[in-house]
Amino acid sequence: MLKVDKLNFSYGDMQVIWDLDLVVNAGEIVTVVGANGAGKSTTLRNISRLVKWQSGSISFNDADLAKFEPHEVVEMGIVQVPEGRKIFPEMTVIENLRMGSFIKSARPKRDENIDRVFTMFPRLKEREKQLGGTMSGGEQQMLAIARGLMTNPKLILLDEPSLGLAPLMVKFIFDIIQEINRQGVTVLLVEQNVYQSLRIAHRAYVLETGRVVMTGVGEELLNNDHVKKAFLGM
Amino acid sequence: MLVFMQSLISGILIGGVYALIGIGLTIIFGVMRVINFAHGDILMIGMYMTYSLFTFFGIDPFVSIVITIPLMFMFGAFLQKVFINRMQGALPQNQILLTIGLGMIMSNTMMLAFTSDYKILSTDYSSSSIKLAGISISTPLAISFLITAAITAMLYWFLLKTDTGQAIRATAQDREAAQLMGINVKWMSILAFGMGSALAGTAGALISPTYYIFPQIGSTFTLKAFVITVLGGMGSIVGATIGGVIIGIAESVSAVYISSGWKDVVVFVLFLLVLLFKPAGLMGKSRM
Repeated sequence: MLKVDKLNFSYGDMQVIWDLDLVVNAGEIVTVVGANGAGKSTTLRNISRLVKWQSGSISFNDADLAKFEPHEVVEMGIVQVPEGRKIFPEMTVIENLRMGSFIKSARPKRDENIDRVFTMFPRLKEREKQLGGTMSGGEQQMLAIARGLMTNPKLILLDEPSLGLAPLMVKFIFDIIQEINRQGVTVLLVEQNVYQSLRIAHRAYVLETGRVVMTGVGEELLNNDHVKKAFLGM
Repeated sequence: MLVFMQSLISGILIGGVYALIGIGLTIIFGVMRVINFAHGDILMIGMYMTYSLFTFFGIDPFVSIVITIPLMFMFGAFLQKVFINRMQGALPQNQILLTIGLGMIMSNTMMLAFTSDYKILSTDYSSSSIKLAGISISTPLAISFLITAAITAMLYWFLLKTDTGQAIRATAQDREAAQLMGINVKWMSILAFGMGSALAGTAGALISPTYYIFPQIGSTFTLKAFVITVLGGMGSIVGATIGGVIIGIAESVSAVYISSGWKDVVVFVLFLLVLLFKPAGLMGKSRM
């Protein structure tokens, strides 16, 4: 479904991604784990075309993403739930959700999708009229994911969805990610919470300073000595 | 008391037009983070457009806005697409220089076309007035206020209720998040600059029966627009609306009670006081 091939990207003189190869197949949960500054978010920013890579390629269902603008990528079925949630602070919950279905293909399903995300996140329904900026971190994360789902994505890119959340909320978010996947959406998850994300992922990539150093089945990597030592403190 | 009411009402009437100017500037700033220093000159173009339509075709200035609004929208969209867009993300001083430069081109072009003589657009109702409970209201000001109120109401409806309007607000609140939702922010910028220009042009059209028309009038209104938007809170449309009316009232009341020579002093003292106590402006963080 998504194929990243020999991707190289630098911010000015500083190269942050080196020859990165990554594949996501339809129906999978794939996770990219790694420490701060490993290039995880930058990879997602490249997929969403917010930044432009120097060499290599990214294709989605065999379409070369280099030809598309960020808003066109969303129309193709890739949505990103960015790090730090980035919800519209001066808009209500419902207005934020409506913005999620701005693209033409998602508009006819707007009401249906609003019902769907309200079932998934009953808390958002209670807060329907509240301004996005006044909500707690966990609620904002729910809203960000719900807003992403409003675009009817085929592939959802999640950037650090558990960052800064209380343990109970972290568990809830990871359950939701599995639920989204069961509903037929392919997931590419970027996380620093290595244990939780390897637990739910079908496959995983370990990134260190912009390079893939390890790849494999999620559960297997959990038992890998290097992963244990580097990320799990065992 | 009657004198006070009289000056208050005149202030509100002219404040409506100021609000229109301020809203235009604040929409442009909100969506693009560019301060449009050509705003007053765009207003001046609107004045000349109205003047020409009246002088050469005999179209009433308040009727001609149906022509002025779409033309000014296209003019603004053109400026954004051809010039301002290239400066997106550039250093602020470069953006400022660009818009100042565009403004100079506009005023000098008008000087070439119409000379720098003061023009007067005089209709048969230019100096007439309506008497209402002892207060006399200038007819052109009253009509322009009604039009302003109608346009502002439509604009609020557009920004709050339509998908495109909400997308403009979303782009203003978080440009990157808007892109991630599939919003074409370049198109939103063109739309915003078009709307901002149409609003400035309309304001120019509405005041043309009561003001002198000359190529250099722009800078006065750029400054005024800037004061209004900063007073209301940069990027806030509600703020610009309130700011415009406040400035209108302050000018009108101080002209009556102090002297018309001092009205700008009063406006700027008021402006500084607001910034002293509310540095983000009156509506620094509001929904629109």
